[in-house]
Amino acid sequence: MSITEIIFWGLSVLALFCAIMVVASKSPVHSILYLIGVFFAISGHYILMNAQFLAIVNIIVYAGAIMVLFLFVVMLMNLNADAEPKKNRYLQFAGLISGGCLFLVLVAAVTRSADAGRVMQLGTGESGLIKNLGRILFNEYVIPFEISSVLFLSAMIGAVVIGKKN
Amino acid sequence: MSNVLQLVWLIPALPLIGFLLNGLGRKMLSKTMAGIVGSGTVLLAFLVSLYVFFQVKGGNSHVAHYFNFINIEGLKIGFDFQVDPLSSIFLLIITGVGFLIHVYSTSYMHEEDPKDFAKYFAHLNLFVFSMLLLVMGANYVIMFIGWEGVGLCSYLLIGYWFKNTNYNNAAKKAFIMNRIGDLGFLLAVFWLISKTGSADYHEVFANLSKLTTRDITGITLLLFVGATGKSAQIPLYTWLPDAMAGPTPVSALIHAATMVTAGIYMIARSNVLYTMAPATQTVVAVVGLATAILAATIALKQNDIKKVLAYSTVSQLGYMFLGLGVGAFTGAVFHVMTHAFFKALLFLGGGSVIHAMGGEQDIRNMGGLKKHMRITHITFLLACFAIAGMPPFSGFFSKDEILAAAYEKNPVLWGIGVAGAMMTAFYMFRLYAMTFLGNFRGTHEQEHHLHESPAAMTLPLIVLAILSVIGGFIGVPEVFMHGGHRLEEFLAPVFAQSNALIKEHHALSHSQEYMLMGISVAAALAALAFAWNKFSKYRKSDKEEAGLGKVLENKWYVDELYDSIIVKPVLAIGKYFNNVVEKRGIDGFVNGVGRAVNYGSRQIRLLQSGQVGAYVLMMVLGILVFFIVQLFL
Amino acid sequence: MEIKWYIGLAVALFCTGVVGVLTRRNSIIIFMCIELMLNAVNLLLVAFSKMHAASPVAQALPNVASDAQLFVFFIMVVAAAEVSVGLAIIVMMYRNIHSVDINFLNRLKN
Repeated sequence: MSITEIIFWGLSVLALFCAIMVVASKSPVHSILYLIGVFFAISGHYILMNAQFLAIVNIIVYAGAIMVLFLFVVMLMNLNADAEPKKNRYLQFAGLISGGCLFLVLVAAVTRSADAGRVMQLGTGESGLIKNLGRILFNEYVIPFEISSVLFLSAMIGAVVIGKKN
Repeated sequence: MSNVLQLVWLIPALPLIGFLLNGLGRKMLSKTMAGIVGSGTVLLAFLVSLYVFFQVKGGNSHVAHYFNFINIEGLKIGFDFQVDPLSSIFLLIITGVGFLIHVYSTSYMHEEDPKDFAKYFAHLNLFVFSMLLLVMGANYVIMFIGWEGVGLCSYLLIGYWFKNTNYNNAAKKAFIMNRIGDLGFLLAVFWLISKTGSADYHEVFANLSKLTTRDITGITLLLFVGATGKSAQIPLYTWLPDAMAGPTPVSALIHAATMVTAGIYMIARSNVLYTMAPATQTVVAVVGLATAILAATIALKQNDIKKVLAYSTVSQLGYMFLGLGVGAFTGAVFHVMTHAFFKALLFLGGGSVIHAMGGEQDIRNMGGLKKHMRITHITFLLACFAIAGMPPFSGFFSKDEILAAAYEKNPVLWGIGVAGAMMTAFYMFRLYAMTFLGNFRGTHEQEHHLHESPAAMTLPLIVLAILSVIGGFIGVPEVFMHGGHRLEEFLAPVFAQSNALIKEHHALSHSQEYMLMGISVAAALAALAFAWNKFSKYRKSDKEEAGLGKVLENKWYVDELYDSIIVKPVLAIGKYFNNVVEKRGIDGFVNGVGRAVNYGSRQIRLLQSGQVGAYVLMMVLGILVFFIVQLFL
Repeated sequence: MEIKWYIGLAVALFCTGVVGVLTRRNSIIIFMCIELMLNAVNLLLVAFSKMHAASPVAQALPNVASDAQLFVFFIMVVAAAEVSVGLAIIVMMYRNIHSVDINFLNRLKN
């Protein structure tokens, strides 16, 4: 087993464990913290695939900004208490079963695919470097990039309008 | 001969033009114009027919092909017209008698609104067109078109005064009865096409070897069913007396002279088939004779002038079928022709009487019209002599020929036939005597109103009377004059094929023939004298008929019989279907579907709980199904 | 490394997110599960980009692999905007009904 594979399995186990804990933990704050763990594990994967820019952005945007926003909301509203006093067992069971089925179906589909065995580039490759991505982003994708700023603006205005007390 | 082919299309086309002009322009045309258009087109058609007649005289037969009517794999039916001696005789009868009746109608229908007047002529022209199509078609399909067309026109004209419910019912009855027969005709044509691959007369008769005896018997029987419907034979004859609801000229044209002879024409046209099916011929002869007798007995006791004539028509048609049944095709066609003359004359004379009497049709209220209506009287008397078979009037020759042929086949048929002829003489002279002789029995206003009809009505009467008197001389029997039977010579090519099939032909000796004629004439004369004597001094009496007389007056209760064995059960079935199958079955099913959907939707509605979680679950399940279908199925 | 392991990981993360959405009723946790699903997809996209980078086509066209990563970048951008609006909505909802339980959001049936 090479070092990359060891790292891959370690990060995968970490990501899955944290993901399950996100769903399973009772307290929203714990969920948020586990979710941050998932994001870090995924960023690790990005680094493993030499997608450095995305790894950094993932940590900054998701783990840094978005999750902090979540924490703020949860804490400001004091939602840490268990908000689910009465649970519908059947619905939960049904959700678990159908999610499991979805997983099985997708895995089965992947194993049947001819491309499932294709090898990927790990640790090397320049496609994920900031220099390359930046060149493409500001050449070919400059208009979507600019439009995304409009999206942000509208999202900001929307958040303010919605959050405003009427 | 190409000019014949170029002209034959004109014969049906002219009345069609008349129909279109009168039918479409009925609001614009004045009565005079409608009459001129209606009669003129038929007159022109008559002239063309006359020309065609002289062209085919030598036994020529022409088929004019216009376009393919039906053209599918293995079956080609052309829109073809055929003119040969047989059809040209019918063309002359239809257009000639038709023209006279059109002229007569211009006067008879004069009291109608201009709109209705034009409508009447349009229908009459359409009828002539259909009838011409029927006789000119060169295959059974074209004949069937005409066959249906005349049925339709008959319906339209019987129900001409459609505001009267009884008249409408009569029209419906005629149409439905005809439809029953038409089904037989249609099945016969299908059978013929499936076996021989063609409906063309020429091809069918040339390919008779493809048919087994069973096929021929079946086909001819089915064709005969068609003929019984159109030509009012047992068991489908009851519509014809009811058809007298129409205007009298219509009765004369359609229900006496032309349309009802379509069955005769069809069988005469298919003579080869019938000659090859002796079983069917026997059926035809027996049915014809039975109809002749039955209708004659009914006619003995009818008091409505038109009803008597109607039953007389049924009876005479029975004679024609008898002729066809015993193989005397020429005789049957001959009788069609003479019958067309004298029966049209009788009807028109009757119409003239009704006209004079102001719509009165009951002969018990007439009498003594001799003084007031001289032309009508004389022509009517001549027609009565003709129909009674008095020599030398036309009916004598034609009826005698049929009876002689019947005697050759079986003397019993002849005996019954003569009895029928006797009855014919009796009821015709009963009718004549009660109408024209004795004292007037109607009201004073009617007596005051009595007058001879105008020239437009009497002229056709005179023409037809002349034809009724001399019409027989084209078919003088061999006994009287060698080579006297011109009609037989003329028609010989048409019947040549079937004549060749009849192996033994034992002709009657001359003395036998004289004896037969003598007996039938004597019998008719006796009946005539008896009726004349008895009814010329008829007095009205309130005495109810009893016994057989009552049965006859009520037409053997055949209508009631049909009513109880067919109409009532059919209505009961209809009621059952309406009340049970329709209400419970079909409505129940439809309502059940509605109720099921209602119930089902009420249950499914509960899924729409408003719970977002449930919706998401459904969505995931849906995605799952999609994946499974997409990836694994 | 074969691509199927990454696909398996991404599918597992995604299905965990699905199960979370289906079983939890706290709207904030549901929201987080949605983020989890988004990240699973992001991971998969990057993995595919690296798979294509290893193929001969990518040797000729260097941009092929980079496009997918830029796509992920844009997904993050949109996700950030979505989170800000979504959290605003949750705050609003809490203000109105004093709960973040989605079972109280059953007005859709009317």
